[in-house]
Amino acid sequence: MTAPGVHEDVRDRPPVTERRLHPVTPLRRAWAPVAVLIGWALHDPDQAQRQLTRLTTTSLLIGLAVLLPAAALYGFLTWWFTHFAVTASELRIRTGLLFRRTAHIRLERIQAIDVTQPLLARVAGVAKLRLDVIGTDKKDELAFLGAGEARALRAELLARAAGFAPETAHEVGEAPSREMLRVPPGVLAVSLLLTGATWGWLLGAAVMVPLLWTATHSLWTVLAAAVPLFGAAGASSVGRFVAEYDWTLGESPDGLRIDHGLLDRAHETVPPGRVQTVRLIEPLLWRRRGWVRVELDVAGSSNSLLLPVAPRELAESVVARVLPGVSVPPREALVPPPRRARWCVPVWWRGYGLAVTDAVFAARHGLLRRSLSLVPHAKVQSVRLVQGPWQRARGVADVHVDTGANKSVTARLRDAGEAAALLRSQAERSRTGRRDARPDRWMT
Amino acid sequence: METGSPHDTGTAATGGPAAPGGEEPGWIALPPGLLRMRRLLLVVWLGLLTLATALVPGLLAGPGWAAFALLPLALLVWGWVMLERNWRSWRYAERADDLLISRGVLWREETVVPYGRMQLVEVTSGPVERHFGLASVQLHTAAAATDATVPGLDPAEAERLRDRLTELGEARSAGL
Repeated sequence: MTAPGVHEDVRDRPPVTERRLHPVTPLRRAWAPVAVLIGWALHDPDQAQRQLTRLTTTSLLIGLAVLLPAAALYGFLTWWFTHFAVTASELRIRTGLLFRRTAHIRLERIQAIDVTQPLLARVAGVAKLRLDVIGTDKKDELAFLGAGEARALRAELLARAAGFAPETAHEVGEAPSREMLRVPPGVLAVSLLLTGATWGWLLGAAVMVPLLWTATHSLWTVLAAAVPLFGAAGASSVGRFVAEYDWTLGESPDGLRIDHGLLDRAHETVPPGRVQTVRLIEPLLWRRRGWVRVELDVAGSSNSLLLPVAPRELAESVVARVLPGVSVPPREALVPPPRRARWCVPVWWRGYGLAVTDAVFAARHGLLRRSLSLVPHAKVQSVRLVQGPWQRARGVADVHVDTGANKSVTARLRDAGEAAALLRSQAERSRTGRRDARPDRWMT
Repeated sequence: METGSPHDTGTAATGGPAAPGGEEPGWIALPPGLLRMRRLLLVVWLGLLTLATALVPGLLAGPGWAAFALLPLALLVWGWVMLERNWRSWRYAERADDLLISRGVLWREETVVPYGRMQLVEVTSGPVERHFGLASVQLHTAAAATDATVPGLDPAEAERLRDRLTELGEARSAGL
C-alpha cells in the first residue's frame, strides 16, 4: 500500500526512539511466583497444610529470603527487556527474557484502543494501554505506563492512525471529546434489578440449598452448590454495577469514547468505521420503561458493550452516530416469518423478524428478551442460505450474514423464495455498500 | 465490471453446467473423481467390516450368526447411493462479482462470497486425494463462519480457480 514511499522511508528514516514501561511495572510481575504458590495451595489444600506444619520459622525466613529477591529480579529483568517504539506506521513492542518476541502492530489496522486502570494501578497513578488489532494476542498490551503518558500515547497513536504526518502527530494532542450520554447510577441499579439473570440464580440457590440440605445433611455439599450460585448472582448484579458504573459515551474525531468503572476505570476508543454489528437488547422487564441495552462487535476486540442501559430513542440516536447513515428500523418495519413457520419453531417463530434497508440488514429474534441485530451492508463478508428437510417441507429457509467480528446474524424462517432473492441481493448490496465506506486512515 | 465474463471455465467441468437458463449463473458440477474416491473408501472400509462381522461371529458362534454381516452390507448399499446424491448436490458458479457454492441434499446450503472479501485462497490436497488426482479449494474471508470449500476438483481446475479468485480478489479488494 505504501510501496512508492518505501525507498525514501528507508533512506531518511528518523531514528526510532525506544521507550520503556513505567518503573512500577516490576512490582506487577513480582506477583507471579506468589500467585503460583497460592494456586498450588488452592489446588491441593491437604498437601499444602502438611507442608506448612513442617515449616519452621528459619526455613520460612530462608525461603522468603530466596523467593523475594528472585521475584524482584524476574520482575526487574522483564521490565528491563521490554521496549516499545512508535514509528510512522507501526507500534513496535520488543519483549521477552529468554524467548525474544517482537510485535509490529500496524496503526491503520487498529480496531480499538483501551486505556484501563485497575484499582491498584489507580493508586499508583499508572495505566494499561491495549490495542486491538485482528490477530494480536493479549501480550501486545503496554502495562504499565504513567497515566498521563498513556493518554498522550493513545492520542499520538490515534493521530498517526488517522493519517496525520509523523512530525506533527504528537503535537495534535487529544482530540476534543463531546459527551453524548452518561448513564445515571440510579438507572443502572434499577435496570440491573430488573434483569432476570440475578433473580434466576437467586431462585436457583433458594431451591437448591434446602433440597440439598434435606437430601444430604452435609454442610460441604450445600456450600459447594450455594457458593457458585450466589457468586453468579453477585457477578450479574454487583459485578456488573461496579464495571458499568458511570458509563459515559463520548464522540470525538478519533471515534467513540467509552469511559466506565467504579473501581477499575476503563477508557475505550473505537475509531470510526470499525463497528461490525450492533445489537439492541430489550429484556422483558425493561419494556415498560422503554429501556434497551446496546452491544457492538468490533473485529479483534473483546469489548462488546456500548450502552448498559438507555431509553430507546437515545439509544437509536447513538446507533445512528456509530453506524453513519443507519437508522434503526421501527418495530412495524420488521417483517415476521410466514405463518406456516410455526411448524418449525412452535411459539418463538413470532419473535423473528427481518428488515433490509439500503444501509443495514436488521434481524430480530427472541420473544421475551428481544434482540435486534444490525449489520451495515459494507461489513458483510459472506451470505449463506441454509435449509433443513423440515424447513423445506414448510417452504422456509434461514439466511446467515457473516461479519468480520466472527459473529453471524441470522434471519430465520424466511419464505424460501424470499430467502433466495435475499441471498442474491444481499451479496450485491454487500459489494456496493463497500464503495462509499470511509478509508482506514479516516483523516486523509 | 471490468473483468471478463465468468463463463470461461473450459477445462475440467466434466459434470457439465446444469441448466444455464435465463439469469441462472453457470453452475459447474464436480468432476466424478471425488465420487470414485469416496465410493472406493466406502467399499474398502465397509467391505472389511462386513468380512469381520461375517467371519468372527460365524466362526465363533455358528454360521447363523454371520447374518450380522447384512448390517454393514446394507450400510454400504445405502452409502453408495447417498454418496452419489451428495456428490450431485455440490456445484459452484463464478459470477462477475461473487462466487456461489451450493451443496447438501437434506440440509441444503448455498454460500455467496463477494470476491472483494476474500482474504486467502487455499488449495489443499491430502495423500488419498493426491492419489486420485484431486484437490480442494478453500476460501477464507475475515469471518470465520464463512464456510466456502469446493472439494474434489481436478488440480489444474483448482489452480485455475485459485488464480482467478486471487486476481478478482485483488481487483475488488476491500478490507473489513
